Amino acid sequence: MLELRKDIFADERDDNLNEIGKGTQRQDMLGHVTGTSSFFNDHKLQGMLHLKVVRSTQAHARIRRIDTTEAERSAGVRRIIRGADVPVNLNTLLSLINFGKDDEPSLAVDKVRYKGEPIIAIVADSEREAFEAIAKVKIDYEPLPAVFDVEDALKPGAPVVNETYPKNTFTYHETYDHQRLRFGDADAALATADHVLEQRYQMSPIEHAPTETNGAIAAPDTNGRYVVYTSTQALFFSVDTCAKILDVPSNTFHFIGGTVGGGFGGKVDTLTEPLAILGAMLTGRPVRYMFGREEEMQYGPPRGAERIYIKDGVMRDGRVVARKIRAYFDSGAYTRLSSYAAVKCAAHLPGPYTIPNVYGDVYCVFTNRTPATAMRGFGVTAMDFAIECQMDKLAHLVGMDPMEFRILNAYRDGDMKAHRREAKNTALIECVQVAAEKAKWPLREEFKRASSRKDGGGSRAVIPPTPTDSSRARSTNPVQQRTSYDRLPPTVTREPPREPPPTVPPPPSPRPAAPSHGATRFSSVFGTRRR
Amino acid sequence: MSKIPLQFRHNGREVAIFVDGGTNLLVALRELIGDMTPKFGCGQGGCGTCSVLVDGELVLSCLTLAETVAGRSIETLDGMKQGPNLHPLQRAFADNFAAQCGYCTPGMLMAAKALLDRNPSPSRDEVIEAISGNICRCTGYEPIINAILAAAGGRISA
Amino acid sequence: MAVTVKTFPSASEAAGALSSDRSARYLGGGTLVMRALNEGDISISTVVRALDQALTRIDASGPRITLGAGVTFARVLAERDLAFLHAPARSIGGPAVRNMGTIGGNLFAPTPYGDFTVALLALDATVAVQGGFGARDIPIEEFLQARDRQAGTLVLSVSCTRPASSEAFRYRKIARIKPKGGSVITLAAHLPISGGRIASARIALGSMAPTQIRARAAERALEGRSLDAATVAAAASAASEGTSPSDNALGSAWYRREIVGVHLRRLLSGQE
Repeated sequence: MLELRKDIFADERDDNLNEIGKGTQRQDMLGHVTGTSSFFNDHKLQGMLHLKVVRSTQAHARIRRIDTTEAERSAGVRRIIRGADVPVNLNTLLSLINFGKDDEPSLAVDKVRYKGEPIIAIVADSEREAFEAIAKVKIDYEPLPAVFDVEDALKPGAPVVNETYPKNTFTYHETYDHQRLRFGDADAALATADHVLEQRYQMSPIEHAPTETNGAIAAPDTNGRYVVYTSTQALFFSVDTCAKILDVPSNTFHFIGGTVGGGFGGKVDTLTEPLAILGAMLTGRPVRYMFGREEEMQYGPPRGAERIYIKDGVMRDGRVVARKIRAYFDSGAYTRLSSYAAVKCAAHLPGPYTIPNVYGDVYCVFTNRTPATAMRGFGVTAMDFAIECQMDKLAHLVGMDPMEFRILNAYRDGDMKAHRREAKNTALIECVQVAAEKAKWPLREEFKRASSRKDGGGSRAVIPPTPTDSSRARSTNPVQQRTSYDRLPPTVTREPPREPPPTVPPPPSPRPAAPSHGATRFSSVFGTRRR
Repeated sequence: MSKIPLQFRHNGREVAIFVDGGTNLLVALRELIGDMTPKFGCGQGGCGTCSVLVDGELVLSCLTLAETVAGRSIETLDGMKQGPNLHPLQRAFADNFAAQCGYCTPGMLMAAKALLDRNPSPSRDEVIEAISGNICRCTGYEPIINAILAAAGGRISA
Repeated sequence: MAVTVKTFPSASEAAGALSSDRSARYLGGGTLVMRALNEGDISISTVVRALDQALTRIDASGPRITLGAGVTFARVLAERDLAFLHAPARSIGGPAVRNMGTIGGNLFAPTPYGDFTVALLALDATVAVQGGFGARDIPIEEFLQARDRQAGTLVLSVSCTRPASSEAFRYRKIARIKPKGGSVITLAAHLPISGGRIASARIALGSMAPTQIRARAAERALEGRSLDAATVAAAASAASEGTSPSDNALGSAWYRREIVGVHLRRLLSGQE
């Protein structure tokens, strides 16, 4: 049950609140329990047609020929839509905020880049007739080598997944192939740390599996407008995306949504609306495009896979003195929102701890897997899993209690974060203390007395001298050095940390090297916004 | 295309429709009767959002061939309210925060009704078993289980 | 083209319609055929039904029981005389699926489904079918091996001999979701004891091959022995022999091979 710990930070807060701490009914509850809440599919429209797509059977292939002759003659077929029928058949979701290049067609034209990519849309009188017509579409593929692993995708000679990004990495600020975070001298700190621990973590893609599958119904309205019932989680975002793809002003559309049968991030990609509207435009009839369950699970965008390497330096007394992270986000074949996930991930490093030397490289990588998208805390979730596993292992390594180890390393008010922002309103220490109390986990007195508001700042507020990447030879390749953590008892774990010789030349740095005095601002999505 | 005439009781009311061959009961209810309370979730029997009662028995309407319900009595969430008042299960779901997105709610309520109609005072394990074919992706099952137990408790004391 | 539904009063007429039309599928409880139609399987253009009451008959009074192909799992669970089949019946679906799914349909359910059939395979059941050329009884193992070619035949009923004791028949379904979930592995064991020794042991496995299969090596390890720790260990270590599981979302082939012996050991040693 919910318990508000009003004793903590009591002086920072006005507890005379009208809503917080009091139960309140959801405004949509009555609709939900009576079944009158209106989801996108709960609209019965006269003469509605059904849209289904022909999906690629190949993970990576050139399309030699598409033959729809037989499908066009199939019973009940009203319209076959090809890539050439889509007014602007190349888009990237975040182009609405000028972030990233258009890299994804609504319907594939010359090439497919993941298994399940839509190639042809068929609008028919019934779903059955659409399915029958789909079976009659003939597509001649020339299979291409595919790549399914983020690190394989970065190797020289790897198949180019998406020609918009020939290096298989998203390009930040039209220059950088990954997000970088530099704070202090991690390599020097690792060299003098009592223990060094490097571990590899990874997470598989996760499907949101909403009970309501993705879908939209579009219908011609008066004055040349279209009314669109949609499952989108991001209504205005979807309106603008459709306006761009269909090359019409956004006021052409009247979007109705907001009641979503489970989204969790899986309903922001605006996959069904553009084709449903285009179907309605081309036939003059209401058109429904709704994913079947297998489509949702197989081809609906998941939380992307991630692979993370963490190399930490820790002192015998438990202080983490260096954290070096290399993370790869598997974007799948197209960008969607993974570029932003990588930004968020970099912004999150090194977790809620004050570590004086932090070094992070975060890549958004293209592979021939289903394009990934948003999902609850994406960019942070897997990294937090990795960091917290790592914290447990570090605590074990130095023989410390894992709760106390976290309190010792937790950030406190006034500390300098790796992004050169002062930590404010921190509360990790209190969270750990309450968690320990609830779990009846014994903490020593000094850790019970610790506070986020005490002992921060001062020397912890200093931005350390930070060598620039161009000031030394640096490897951009994975450092495969492994710790002995899993094999040897903690007392003998003392690995001389060393940087291996560079295996590839350092990347060119067209921008002036970042000064080391802290003026570098962490790059964000919105920092690149063109006004 | 020849249509098949079909008559059945829908929430106590006699209805007659014409269906295409192979039409499932979910489509018949939603698109021909206009009862939007049963939802499409998977079409496979995996999620329970389309659950309805046929002659008091819980079935998945998406896997039921429409014409097999000829002459039978169908209950959906649309018929659960008692006049202007909420059914005790509906009230309990609302009071116990047993709905978030609301999409699984119609199926959950029908599964719960199938249970309580037969077993007015179920154990917690019986409630869990009764909704084991219904998937909820956001509320979490605990509030739903608590709501059903609360409704059952209310019924006993009433 | 819409689907044509043909409904017949008798099973034999339905069988006739089924054997004469390659695109016809028999509709039992709907959990397979309606699902296929919903997912856009256009190979089915005719749906055949039979209203024959013989298909829903349960004969459970004697030592040999017969279940009509149209008997649902809910009805098995309602029948006290079928207590030995309650565990497999209960392991299927939620209540709605059990109200719909049938014994006959389960024989055709692809991996990871078909749990009830695992139990029937361990019980050496006989499947009564009606094809174009009349009715006949087929041992269930033979039926399953030729399942892909059975589309034109109609299953009428399944029969098996009641196990001598509740100890003699054991069933276990490994799922990742409780109480309901698709099978990672399903195991059933029939261990008739004669003079303190196992005679005609049957171990059946689900999700360990394209169809339900017998674990013959494990059966051999049990045959003629008493069910002691050494015998159980020998059977468990032979459990994966002859299996060919696949990867799916519920588990990898590797995982299935690794754990099948563990679960067989638990099943045979009566561990929860």
